[in-house]
Amino acid sequence: MEYLSLLVKSIFVDNMIFAYFLGMCSYLAVSKNVKTALGLGAAVTFVLLVTVPINYLLENYVLAPNALVEGVDLSFLSFILFIAVIAGIVQIVEMAVEKFSPSLYASLGIFLPLIAVNCAIMGASLFMQQRHFENIGASFVYALGSGIGWLVAIVALAAIREKLAYSNVPAPLRGLGITFISVGLMAMAFMCFSGLTI
Amino acid sequence: MDLFSKKNKETFFTPLWVNNPVATQVLGICSALAVTSKLEPALVMGLSVTIIVALANVVISLLRNTVPNRIRIIVQLVVVATLVTIVSQVLKAFAYDVSVQLSVYVGLIITNCILMGRLEAFAMQNKPWESFLDGVGNGLGYALILVIVGFIRELFGSGTFFNLRVIPECLYDLGYMNNGLMVLPPMALIIVGCIIWFQRAKNPDLQEKSN
Repeated sequence: MEYLSLLVKSIFVDNMIFAYFLGMCSYLAVSKNVKTALGLGAAVTFVLLVTVPINYLLENYVLAPNALVEGVDLSFLSFILFIAVIAGIVQIVEMAVEKFSPSLYASLGIFLPLIAVNCAIMGASLFMQQRHFENIGASFVYALGSGIGWLVAIVALAAIREKLAYSNVPAPLRGLGITFISVGLMAMAFMCFSGLTI
Repeated sequence: MDLFSKKNKETFFTPLWVNNPVATQVLGICSALAVTSKLEPALVMGLSVTIIVALANVVISLLRNTVPNRIRIIVQLVVVATLVTIVSQVLKAFAYDVSVQLSVYVGLIITNCILMGRLEAFAMQNKPWESFLDGVGNGLGYALILVIVGFIRELFGSGTFFNLRVIPECLYDLGYMNNGLMVLPPMALIIVGCIIWFQRAKNPDLQEKSN
């Protein structure tokens, strides 16, 4: 029950995009059609599912005060260690996607390696560190919820932009400007979930 | 070898407005939106990013001929992560309140696309001094957008400027209210959208053909 509440909360209330603006760069650049958006969303969810629990273990058994050696606090190393884990996992995912789905690999282009610097991934690890989850299961559920929330957000925006392509937007607003404003309106809609509990 | 040649000036000034990292290159949006509900954290964030981009650009530019191409991303990440760790520790020591307000977003400077974008696009091909100018220019361009957004949101959202009340009490007596929506996330997106609108209306070259 606790896990279900955490899952729903991380999908809707603490949505990575609408509440924290994490992973905006690839969110804006890869949301031109639904299929690519779905692929990137799935890749991000997968990377989150692997990296957050690993970083949780690192945080609790290596970095935390008195975890490795009595009297030693290594928490200042957390940025470097987290990003190293993330970069490694992304490299593996990239090789796997290239092997098993060359078409998805081609359409994601530069954004696949850039998942390494997608703030949503690093952000989830840092929030995990900040919120002190009591066990690895909770961190896993949190990663799942954040990933699904990100996936929902990017697919929704891609669907809107596919329709937007046919509308007559003032020239200076075309492309980036109108996308920002649409995301703002979507974020406003998502605000109605705030305070939701199960 | 002229330190302030025409080309160097261009490297420094174009990112400030025409080729702005946030509005034109679409880099570093996440933190630009998240830390701007008040002016003070926006300013601190802008300056931290400027320092980190400038230094990282110099370091990578010095290393550019010795790092094998295959592992360059990892090297860049390590350099950036080290600089960010230093800045984060300094902020914790000297500006604790602001570092609490910025929460995870200081750590997220590592994954700020401005850094990777400039390192890949500029520092890998250019000499240290040009890279330094490019870093400072882009950092300040980013800080500029943050400060504008932070100023608008703080003024209309809380009626203050650097936490000083600027909207006079008598206006509130007449029924003026702070716009609470301004401090919430959605308005950040809409304000940045409007800045982009304004910037592209002034520079028609930047307008996109399709949606």
